[in-house]
Amino acid sequence: MNGTRAVVLGAGILGAACARELALAGLEVTVLDRGGAAAATTAHGEGNILLSDKGPGAELELARLSRRLWPEVLARVADRSAAGARAARAAEWDAKGGIVVATTRPGAEALTAFAAAQRGAGVRADALTGRELLSAEPFVTPDHTAAFHYPEDAQVQPAGAAAALLADALAAGATLRTGWEVLSGIVRRGRLAGVRTVRGEVMADVFVNAAGPWAGTLSARLGAPIGVSPRRGDVLVTTPLPPTVFHKVYDADYVGAVGSSEEELQTSAVVESTRAGSVLIGSSRRRAGFDDRLRPEALSAVAAKALRLFPSLAGVPVMRAYGGFRPYVPDHLPVIGADPRLPGLWHAGGHEGAGIGLSVGTGRLLRELVLGEPTALDATPFRVDRPAVLGDPEESRPATTGRQKEGA
Amino acid sequence: MSAARHVAVIGAGPAGLSAAHAALAAGARVTLVDSAEQPGGQYHRMLPAAYAAEHPERLHHDWPAFERRRRRVLAHPRCTWMPDSAVWMLEPPAPEPAGPPRVHLLCGGPADGSGRARRTLDADAVVLAVGAHDRVLPFPGWDLPGVFTAGAAQALAKGERVVVGDRVVVAGTGPFLLPVAASLLEAGSRVLEVLEAAGPATLARGWGRRPWELVPHTGKAGELAGYVALLARHRVRYRLGRTVVEARGEGRVEEVVTARLRPDWSVVPGSARTVPVDAVCVGHGFSPQLELPLAAGCVLRGEVAGGPPGAFVRVDDDQRTSVPGVFAAGEITGIAGAPAARAEGAVAGWAAAGGDPAARPLRALRRSRDAGRAFAERLARAHPVGAAWSGWLRAETVVCRCEGTDYGALCAAVTDRAGSAARVTKLTTRAGLGPCQGRVCGPTVAELTARLAGAPPDGEPHEGLPPAGPHRRPVAQPIRLGELAAPSAPTDERESSHE
Repeated sequence: MNGTRAVVLGAGILGAACARELALAGLEVTVLDRGGAAAATTAHGEGNILLSDKGPGAELELARLSRRLWPEVLARVADRSAAGARAARAAEWDAKGGIVVATTRPGAEALTAFAAAQRGAGVRADALTGRELLSAEPFVTPDHTAAFHYPEDAQVQPAGAAAALLADALAAGATLRTGWEVLSGIVRRGRLAGVRTVRGEVMADVFVNAAGPWAGTLSARLGAPIGVSPRRGDVLVTTPLPPTVFHKVYDADYVGAVGSSEEELQTSAVVESTRAGSVLIGSSRRRAGFDDRLRPEALSAVAAKALRLFPSLAGVPVMRAYGGFRPYVPDHLPVIGADPRLPGLWHAGGHEGAGIGLSVGTGRLLRELVLGEPTALDATPFRVDRPAVLGDPEESRPATTGRQKEGA
Repeated sequence: MSAARHVAVIGAGPAGLSAAHAALAAGARVTLVDSAEQPGGQYHRMLPAAYAAEHPERLHHDWPAFERRRRRVLAHPRCTWMPDSAVWMLEPPAPEPAGPPRVHLLCGGPADGSGRARRTLDADAVVLAVGAHDRVLPFPGWDLPGVFTAGAAQALAKGERVVVGDRVVVAGTGPFLLPVAASLLEAGSRVLEVLEAAGPATLARGWGRRPWELVPHTGKAGELAGYVALLARHRVRYRLGRTVVEARGEGRVEEVVTARLRPDWSVVPGSARTVPVDAVCVGHGFSPQLELPLAAGCVLRGEVAGGPPGAFVRVDDDQRTSVPGVFAAGEITGIAGAPAARAEGAVAGWAAAGGDPAARPLRALRRSRDAGRAFAERLARAHPVGAAWSGWLRAETVVCRCEGTDYGALCAAVTDRAGSAARVTKLTTRAGLGPCQGRVCGPTVAELTARLAGAPPDGEPHEGLPPAGPHRRPVAQPIRLGELAAPSAPTDERESSHE
């Protein structure tokens, strides 16, 4: 593929992961972003790398591939150079494991059944007795009805992780251009041959739409709209504490809830510590376009849910809050592959709240598809040509078998 | 009375109190909110203690006027006074139509209190009068115990009678250094010297241009002359063009290195001198508290030449911001001191209340406000922060005190192509992520970053993404999880606490 020019549109973690794979495969890669690298959705998430929130199915397979790749990829980044080692450290990889806690009787039943199905698909999900839970998480609520430990769950500092992937892509020869907003596509002989940007035209053979929640807007500018829209999420950050939360802990009460396509506010507790000692508390989901206002009632609902899991955090000050937009697809599956309507255009996105974790697997899969190599897993569930992506999004039914996707 | 316009005034310092006074005079219903127990803000906060001082009138000659205004406002039947109430968030209405934000309060306790109640306040107009805090530039050793901000040293000396040290050096720039030195002397410290970084030429250029503009500020000039005379009586040397470039000591400051500065604040080689001290007080001007104006959606104006980086709130002739129904007064529109803040507050309060724009007293207030603005510009010109101050820094000099981020780490982060966005360097260096949320280091980090790597690539707004900047803090005050989880109630107007 020497001499093949690829342009990755979007320098978030998905764009970084795709650019890295393509650059390592020998393509001439340019990454364009209208703003700064890793500065939008990537910088506003929690950095989840989760298996625990995914039921058996295509997304779980992508998650397992990604979970396998993450430590390998970061080790490769670190091995490249001293700067690479610094970049990989800044990713703050932490295989801390996840604990899902149910606090109601129906919640316990649903969680137990869900974990059994996950085990059948090869996920490690260990039931915890009350005593085991309290020794793993001494401050968790005594009013729990069931708990499962997912030792494969991990966490990264998402902006640092994206910067590490992107730095590796640059070291492999890719070019980064920030402040280059794409205005429209240049189509020649039915093929996407270039993009017009605020700073001039960029021609290439392959274009990868990795614009996150703005992928819908960008694809419309290129003349091949896909059904990706923003879904707002908010995260609370406390002042640094002595060690209080040791895993990624979240509540399971919404297991089996099918209402995950709701427009109005939904919240569920996700509680974890960062390396600096702050506790991150998520999460909320709301579909209201790109409304960037933090809403006090959303933050309040998130706080209330978190206190149900960790009542002893009531006196802990929240020193900041941030919100971001997840790339939402009505059937809750990522979009990875060629656009059948416009040759030359590829999509890599629509991961909703799971994009950080799924980025490296998506990058690998996209490279394999672009190069026509055998794929690490069946990519057809992620194809662009499906009703939720190309059809009327309101008519497509949620196909997810998992919980609501976590993370912001 | 129910038909009267409702004006919410945030901040009860000189500007806010004056805004409340004017809004009441124009017939409005006023809710005056402050995080402190008493009105007065930073400017008047220390007064009760100062009454016991040797020469209180020299420090606070406008106290009687303040006291009169305070009584009138708090006792007014149309005024609701909400002390101990922190604004933790402003919630703008849906983008269209734009209008004043809903004010979210934590009521019934000091800022670090617990069990405070969440309340909301919806008014027809909001006057933001939240003031400024003092700015300190980093230098090697500035994080040692014994190094104080000038404002903190003054508060300790005047408010709590705590002597920060026996041998003290005061350094930085701006006339504020003088009252700080005076309070230290009153409290019993020995002030070795006061170092004004601006050289004689800069001072003369700044203060000497169009001297007739200073006429309305003869009061201020007299006040400053009083401080100079006090320093002279105590044989305190007041040196120009010199500053503290390093503090040293084992576990706390034991000596400072002072050096002569060129106009751009680069150090004159060979001019360094070591001075044994117990404490050093530094101040490099003031940073406006911009998180609430930004949360309300107010447009900022460019920085004043030589002033602190960042900006001030843009206001029109009636103190209107770019957001309908939101007004701004005091130091957030420019650092001009208490008299100008009072004039701005009065104009803002009157306009917010829908007062007659042709009212005669308004003309005098506008004139006074304009004179204050001219004074502010002169102040900024006479005491510019020289761009070469970063030459004092070493790789291991701490830039963010909360997180311990040093200058070397900041340089490495912002010059890394893949991670140069402001949001990313903040997460990777952690500068500005600590408990003070970048109030101390934010403007400094933004200035250093811009110098090292140019404007950050995420400095421009996009759909759903506000521009990254050092003053954006949607959670304006820490709020405990329990307080946040509890439901909030609308502010009950009948609960007003009159004096």
